[in-house]
Amino acid sequence: MAALKKAVEEMEFILVTDVGSTTTKARFFHKRDGEWRFLVAGEAPTTVEAPYEDVTLGVRNAVAEVTELTGHQILASGASGIIVPYDGEKGVDLYCTTSSAGGGLQMMVTGLVASMTAESANRAALGAGAIVMDVMSVDDGRQVHERIRRIRSLRPDMILLAGGTDGGDKEHVMEFAEIIKSAKPTARLGTQYQLPLVYAGNKVLHSRIKEEMGEAFALDIVDNIRPTLEVENNEPARRAIHEQFMEHVMSHAPGYTKLMTWTDLDIMPTPAGEGLAMQLISKAYNKNVIGVGLGGATTNIYSIYDGRFVRSVSANLGMSYSITNVMKEAGIDNIKRWLPFDLDSHDLRNRLMNKMIRPTTIPQALEELIVEHSVAREALRLGLLHHKSLARDLKGVQHERVDISWIFNIKGEGTYIDMLKIDAVAGTGGLLSHAPNRAQSLLILNDAFQPEGITWFFQDSVFMMPHLGLLSTVYPEAAWQIFDKDCLVRLGTVIAPRGTADNGSAEVMTVEMTMPNGETIVETMKFGELKLIPLPVGQEAAVKVTPGRGFQVVPEEEGSGVLEGTAMGGEVGILLDARGRPLVIPENPEEQRKQMIEWFKEMNLYDTEW
Amino acid sequence: MSGDKKETEQTYAYTPGLKIKERMTVTKLRRLPIPGEVLVEKGDEIRPDTIVAETLLPGDPEIVPAMMKLGITPEGLPSCMLVKIGEHVNEGDLIARYSMFFGLINRELHSPISGTVEVVSELTGQLIMRGEEIPVRVDAYIPGKIIEVIPEEGVVVETTGAFLQGIFGIGGERQGKLRVAVDGPESTLTSDMISSEDKGKVLVGGGLLALDALRKAVDLGVSGIIVGGIDSGDLMEFMGAGIGVAITGEEEYGITLIVTEGFGAMTMHNKTFSIFKKYDGSDVSINGSTQIRAGVIRPEVVIPHSEIAEEADEDAAISAGMVPGTPIRIIRNPYFGAIGEVLSLPVELQVVETGSKVRVLEALLNDGRKVTVPRANVEIIEE
Repeated sequence: MAALKKAVEEMEFILVTDVGSTTTKARFFHKRDGEWRFLVAGEAPTTVEAPYEDVTLGVRNAVAEVTELTGHQILASGASGIIVPYDGEKGVDLYCTTSSAGGGLQMMVTGLVASMTAESANRAALGAGAIVMDVMSVDDGRQVHERIRRIRSLRPDMILLAGGTDGGDKEHVMEFAEIIKSAKPTARLGTQYQLPLVYAGNKVLHSRIKEEMGEAFALDIVDNIRPTLEVENNEPARRAIHEQFMEHVMSHAPGYTKLMTWTDLDIMPTPAGEGLAMQLISKAYNKNVIGVGLGGATTNIYSIYDGRFVRSVSANLGMSYSITNVMKEAGIDNIKRWLPFDLDSHDLRNRLMNKMIRPTTIPQALEELIVEHSVAREALRLGLLHHKSLARDLKGVQHERVDISWIFNIKGEGTYIDMLKIDAVAGTGGLLSHAPNRAQSLLILNDAFQPEGITWFFQDSVFMMPHLGLLSTVYPEAAWQIFDKDCLVRLGTVIAPRGTADNGSAEVMTVEMTMPNGETIVETMKFGELKLIPLPVGQEAAVKVTPGRGFQVVPEEEGSGVLEGTAMGGEVGILLDARGRPLVIPENPEEQRKQMIEWFKEMNLYDTEW
Repeated sequence: MSGDKKETEQTYAYTPGLKIKERMTVTKLRRLPIPGEVLVEKGDEIRPDTIVAETLLPGDPEIVPAMMKLGITPEGLPSCMLVKIGEHVNEGDLIARYSMFFGLINRELHSPISGTVEVVSELTGQLIMRGEEIPVRVDAYIPGKIIEVIPEEGVVVETTGAFLQGIFGIGGERQGKLRVAVDGPESTLTSDMISSEDKGKVLVGGGLLALDALRKAVDLGVSGIIVGGIDSGDLMEFMGAGIGVAITGEEEYGITLIVTEGFGAMTMHNKTFSIFKKYDGSDVSINGSTQIRAGVIRPEVVIPHSEIAEEADEDAAISAGMVPGTPIRIIRNPYFGAIGEVLSLPVELQVVETGSKVRVLEALLNDGRKVTVPRANVEIIEE
């Protein structure tokens, strides 16, 4: 890491970029009258595709936009980087960047027997959110050269090497290690990239594996995934894959090494920056928070819950590169259930596939935007399921082997996260930050996460949470000033009870709101209703929620059943949500569309005549 | 601030276009999976099917329970052997015999495989035989000249020709004679346009490939199909699986498919179609391998010919960016596929139909329409 070129208190201009899988976002900050503020944004497609294959070009393009908009010269001549420090005319005092340009996670796994260690390894990789490109085992009928050719052509981002019970087979495990070593797969993420290898096999081989593979790979040795035939223990491998992905895979991309020479700080993975920003929210408001960064290739979810911070990166849920994977995992009908118009499944599939093959394009027509918003709800829903599967207490290291369904079939049982105890939800990422109407992002987040009780909603204004998270590591005062004034958008508050009913006449809750002017508003909500009460930014209302029969607004251990709290005002206001938890959507397509239109109209969600 | 806000006449923000080159130098690395022998030399002229490198893998081991088959004790096995260790035998050859009572009882053991006898075990009474060596070969894929030899690993082949990238494909490397099977870039390739004469050929469709045409092509042994668009549902039905992330090339569907524009009915880019028309009947090499992620791989078509290659100056193209007059193609609805040129590049963000404020450009389309589109939704056409 290079040293700062100027003491932080002397700085006047700061440039931070985030090299996303799809878009590179430059944010330009300036100190004016002693206060740091966000000045302007520049964005350009991330350049990982031939003929460019160099992320610094996308950075240059994004920074060139900043210059276009401000006239402030930042780029050094001859594509040699950023001018640092500011000399009174041009340049910036600090340049740093986060990155998630590497995109999703595609892995290969190996084990000895297809139906045993290889199967366990496969489950661990899937559980970590990876796409498993191939599972190799001694009994897969393939020759050595076929395996090597396969590894080379698929260019996996990471390999999980498992096999052998503890004290069991050694030779075949080493044989696979040899195969992986001799394959020397070409790195898709640039020549400096060291392929991560997670070893979760026979523990007797730890030192031999370290000796053989330690130099050529980013090696992580964890407990055996199958210590005995009867026991499966995939949690350590799953967590190692997750960490290796965040640290090694997602931030790398062609041109990464060049970009490193431009920056004053080490390049930080985007989720690390986002996570820092989410923790700032939790700290500032002293609340349990679920935060999300919805990206093009990944969905990153953060929970700060009773002081515990957990981060999950769902490597193949996203809005561009991974959009068809969301479709595959969620199912086309689950995407269609959020649409207010009829769209043929073929047409919908074609649209999403076209977005996937041209990931940097953006919706121009309203219908296309609404389609992407529907996919976003599903990506977030699946991302939260994944997150909950990681946010749970470890009950010892070894579990009796059970037929664990892969991650998207996990219903979230076992997590310590109780949605009634989530006080705030915060969102960032291109789709949320660029939503033309803030009510759209509030409803997307609300529909996907379905928080219960009283929940405050925040979002990133123009996508700069990762930038400010990174900045906070060297200049926390500047980062907080910008975060509070220019980044953190207060959307409002959602009030929703847990429970469902069979028909629309059931009373879900009565909400008594004491508004800032002293006026009291009382609303009794029927099942299926949605109502928006305006409450501007900076104002608060005291709220008393009395649930209807069969509904719940406080955790069971907290008694009375009536919830009293504070609603935060925001750009959207207070949303009374009586649509049920879990949210109930009519199954009949016509009724479903009619219902969506009604809800969208109540929220004044899209600028159109329905 | 060092200057005033200014109007710009140039922007760098654009999506890279697919390569559609009529004349260029194409090089390909051809590499063995494990070390072996390179069979050609630098400067050699080669054909697509020329084997450029080869290696031999030891055959599979085969354990033969000789003791049981001959009804003997383990230590008696060596004296029954009729072939020596290391000796080559063919499948069915007599390799051991046990005789008793002056030949009244004869038990024989015939080799279950072709290969060599590796071990005769007096401990277990088993024979371990090794099957024939398995050759692993790498062909040249394209015709041309060897410009580099990597000892024991492979070669680099170079040729001149047309080089066109598709947007998505399935199936690996194949060759064949190009046949443009449709009238125009917007036409649908239907099954009646394919006949048994197309066996081994690479067919060019127009804007859409019908599912029955794809199936008929496979049945008739067509080598590959290049087409503007295909319905994603049809493709899923053909593949028997949905596509999560696009990483393809290893599939065994009996055909290589290259889609040049996208999913649904998509008129093939005129320039692409006209290159195919010009080289109708030529030998082509195609590869459907696609990886859409950082470090993108797109499918490709190579049409070797001897015309002189253009000087590639990609750096210049990159730095030139977009200016008024730059030819562009729109790659997203509602104007997908439309071709035109940049009229202006407004600096300020503008509101589009979605209500979003985005960076846009104004374009004059070839059909005379003037449209405003997000800059992210166009690609530059390299002339």
